[in-house]
Amino acid sequence: MSEQLTTFSFNNENQEAALQILKKYPEARKQSAVMPLLDLAQRQNDNWLSRDVVEYVANYLDMPFIRVWEVVTFYSMYYTKYNGKYLVQVCSTTPCWLRGSDQVAKACKEIISPEQNTLSKDGLFSWMQVECLGACVNAPLVQINDDYYEDLTYDTTVNILQSLIDGKKIEVGSQSGRKSSKAVS
Amino acid sequence: MLKEKDKIFTNLFGEEPWALKSALKRGDWDNTKTLIEKGRDWIIEEMKKSELRGRGGAGFPTGLKWSFMPKDPNLNNYLVVNADESEPGTCKDRDMIRNEPHKLIEGCLLASFAMNAHHCYIYIRGEYFNEAVVLQKAIDEAYEAGLVGKNAAKSGWDFDIYVHRGAGAYICGEETALLESLEGKKGQPRLKPPFPANKGLYGSPTTVNNVETISVVPAILKRGGEWFSSFGRPKNTGTKVFCISGHVNKPCNIEEEMSIPLKELIEKHAGGVTGGWDNLKAIIPGGSSVPLIPKDICDTVLMDFDSLSEVKSGLGTAAVIVMDKSTDLVQAIARLSHFYKHESCGQCTPCREGTGWMWRMMEKIGKGNASSSDIDKLLDVTKQIEGHTICALGDAAAWPIQGLFRHFRAEIEEQLIKKTRAA
Repeated sequence: MSEQLTTFSFNNENQEAALQILKKYPEARKQSAVMPLLDLAQRQNDNWLSRDVVEYVANYLDMPFIRVWEVVTFYSMYYTKYNGKYLVQVCSTTPCWLRGSDQVAKACKEIISPEQNTLSKDGLFSWMQVECLGACVNAPLVQINDDYYEDLTYDTTVNILQSLIDGKKIEVGSQSGRKSSKAVS
Repeated sequence: MLKEKDKIFTNLFGEEPWALKSALKRGDWDNTKTLIEKGRDWIIEEMKKSELRGRGGAGFPTGLKWSFMPKDPNLNNYLVVNADESEPGTCKDRDMIRNEPHKLIEGCLLASFAMNAHHCYIYIRGEYFNEAVVLQKAIDEAYEAGLVGKNAAKSGWDFDIYVHRGAGAYICGEETALLESLEGKKGQPRLKPPFPANKGLYGSPTTVNNVETISVVPAILKRGGEWFSSFGRPKNTGTKVFCISGHVNKPCNIEEEMSIPLKELIEKHAGGVTGGWDNLKAIIPGGSSVPLIPKDICDTVLMDFDSLSEVKSGLGTAAVIVMDKSTDLVQAIARLSHFYKHESCGQCTPCREGTGWMWRMMEKIGKGNASSSDIDKLLDVTKQIEGHTICALGDAAAWPIQGLFRHFRAEIEEQLIKKTRAA
């Protein structure tokens, strides 16, 4: 489903979700809904936004296309190309780097693709370096789609990526077995 | 050391469920109605007595900030909670949202009432997807229980609260950029004045507060402003959640008393510096935007606003990033320079062009391909960026570099000379 769709519209479930989102904002201020609606559309469209999808959201909110496109390109979580079933985001800012995020990136290079933003040969996933994900006491970490995997090493990263390939379930959160951000006893 | 009975966030690590039933047992939503009945002036007075300073980084007195909000009941005031936690090193709001959401929601009601606001938006960073899900569920529970909504908590105050997810932009943690983003635009900071308290969200009076600031409000009002101000030093009061990351044996979040010595904080709660205290090189004490401090300052400095500003650093978000002697400090700061380059919104030329330029120069120095005059030039550029942009991102990009050379210039120059000789 990576080719650009010719037409896009919210499915029934998302039609309802979109109406709920609009209710959060004053009627005269429905432009406020542009970010949640782009997110909703992106989720329906294999986690990326083609031009058609953005046009649909613009029409939905009576906004000029360029105003919506500006939003799409300003924020890092809207993707204008297909990134695979899993998008692996490797945090690489200083707190993660101090604790070995280079090793996490190394595992991604070996298993997914030598280059960032490139689909793996089987098309399953891609990876990219990102800036601070805000879980610094559980560094280093990756975000895979909506979930954080924390306290990583090279080995646990390999294990996670292999589990994605094998379709095995992985425990979200700390991979060192500790409870959230509490110091290990 | 802060006693267990004085901790506000008793479920910071999620050892109990976040849900309403458990939250009620922890004392959340206890007597909220009575607090509101005491009136707006009483709440603001109590907040002033607590001497609480905003927990988002700038440290502005919260009670005073609230008192700036217009009292005209015909105005449509807003409270906006800044949950766009993105300052490298900082991850405290995340724990409060996912494990203690009802403290935040109750705080939102109390703060909104005090500021004459019937509507509150919580702007949470997009990456915190699971945290936003928990928060929304907690809000739904609160609606169902009549704690928010019409006649919230039977107080007579109508109050609606919404979650708005961001989409990955550090700059949206700047309050006016956050408001732009919430209005459905690019998150580029606004010129001030007008300040949000006069013209904020949708042109209405708005106060933007950090998650931690709002989450401690119920405890302050229930236990008294004086209870809160009994912790820490004058003007630096209260309990505070610290995030300790980097080269420590047990990285963690921990609620402690304000003004705790930095060394004690790390040794008691984070298992000490890797390889022992003497293996310490430098610490960034308040999130990436504040200048680092070398070991000899870390030996004695206290973790509060005034103590850290005396040593030309800052408490910021109280995110302590520890670097031991194995650290290549130039690389550590260059990574931060890369962060600011990535996150600059592009609106002001000194920041848009300068952050990239500073990063490239830092990389050059890191590779040993630079001279002492390059360092002079770099420091000169940091001075030209600092104070010449609409928001503080330019300052935040300049300060870590200034801090690095303030304390380690001689050492870095020595390495440059060695590398030049070797080449």
